[in-house]
Amino acid sequence: MENIKIETPLTITDIDKLTVGQKVLISGVIYTARDQAHKRLYNMIIEGKELPFELKDQIIYYVGPTPASPGRVIGSAGPTTSGRMDAYTPLILEKGLKGMIGKGNRNEAVINAIKLNKAVYFAAIGGAGALISDCIVESETIAFKDLGTEAIHKLVVKDLPTIVAIDSKGNNLYELGTESYLKKDK
Amino acid sequence: MKTIDCKEIVDAVKKLCIQININMPNDVKEALVNSINDEDSMIGRRILEDILLNGQIASRKEIPMCQDTGMIVVFVEIGQDVKIINGSLSEAINEGVRLGYREGFLRKSVVKCPIRRGNTEDNTPAVIHFDIVPGNSLKIHLGAKGFGSENMSAVKMLKPSDEVKGIKDFVIETIKNAGGNPCPPIIVGVGIGGTFDKVTMLAKKALLKDLGQRHEDSYIGDLELELLKEINELGIGPQGFGGKTTALDLHIETFPTHIAGLPVAVNINCHASRHGEIIL
Repeated sequence: MENIKIETPLTITDIDKLTVGQKVLISGVIYTARDQAHKRLYNMIIEGKELPFELKDQIIYYVGPTPASPGRVIGSAGPTTSGRMDAYTPLILEKGLKGMIGKGNRNEAVINAIKLNKAVYFAAIGGAGALISDCIVESETIAFKDLGTEAIHKLVVKDLPTIVAIDSKGNNLYELGTESYLKKDK
Repeated sequence: MKTIDCKEIVDAVKKLCIQININMPNDVKEALVNSINDEDSMIGRRILEDILLNGQIASRKEIPMCQDTGMIVVFVEIGQDVKIINGSLSEAINEGVRLGYREGFLRKSVVKCPIRRGNTEDNTPAVIHFDIVPGNSLKIHLGAKGFGSENMSAVKMLKPSDEVKGIKDFVIETIKNAGGNPCPPIIVGVGIGGTFDKVTMLAKKALLKDLGQRHEDSYIGDLELELLKEINELGIGPQGFGGKTTALDLHIETFPTHIAGLPVAVNINCHASRHGEIIL
């Protein structure tokens, strides 16, 4: 299983060549946001306010890390369940976001928005917080400090391991993986 | 009569909170190694290997295996000949949690009001179940429960006529609905019997058992194995990407129930099954 390396911000060429099931190592700047941060970003878009970072061609990582212990950039930092962000995601994709990192399946509205806006959904291994923490080289809180672990952080990552879970054509590994496994089994 | 000082309890709970979040239990490690050999999905094998590697990094660098360091659930068995001195038992447990989460750099994930939110900033209160037993020792079994898996759990009041088939269908349906969300490979706790409140506690208690340990009643033990087999035939696989390793084990706890009822609860745990116990 070959690793594909990509750098942020994402380009159309990057996104076009990604298909479900590929292992992708992501490097560059990514932004963290989870439940409460999503709610705020969503409301800011609706109200026409300026966002704390430019969404265009960026990746959001759904994570709420543990506090960094002395000598570390960040604590344990595995993905949280993406489905909780589904209500906010289509609008955020419409505003230019190109990639998301999380875990678990997405709803139909998100999958349609991924296709429509030519974006990609990466899955990181749920629970692999220590492994992923080692791929994060810089971390800075840039917005919503009051939300603590749910604040928006700008991260610089090096070879963050992910798998393409939903590609820009809407192919979905959460369905295809199980189906193809069951077919092979019978 | 034995006296136990609250200070001892605070200290023991503090250490346990940190230790369980950093170290992957041996039974989980073993089960993961075995499942790698059995798994025929390539992505699945790779994920299982990464999960094991994650466990090694966590204990070597002393950082939590998972960023969701959970809400603390405690099962306390207090001997009736034990006297707790210098404070309250519940407050001592919560103080231990408070210190453990602060000193261990663990994530504080508990909010004060479930509707208005607002973090309590110290991961308390813990959910504590007390049981008074004969003897003069105090057993504290503590689990850090992540909510990726907790959110996928379910309870159902079946009718007696639903019989064992109804139980199986409900368990399988719950796991199917959960898919990749609870971070498979999962560990499944099933409660059967009691009342609406009792059955969910049984399901949680079932998660405390060691992997591979079967129910002492062989009828229930066989049902555990049947359900485990059916779950692993769903094809969900590691992280929901397909494969045969969906659950590492399934445990059932039962309790007598009413002639009119058949309560069933399914509590799902992720592969980072964090729990440990101390006896004072």
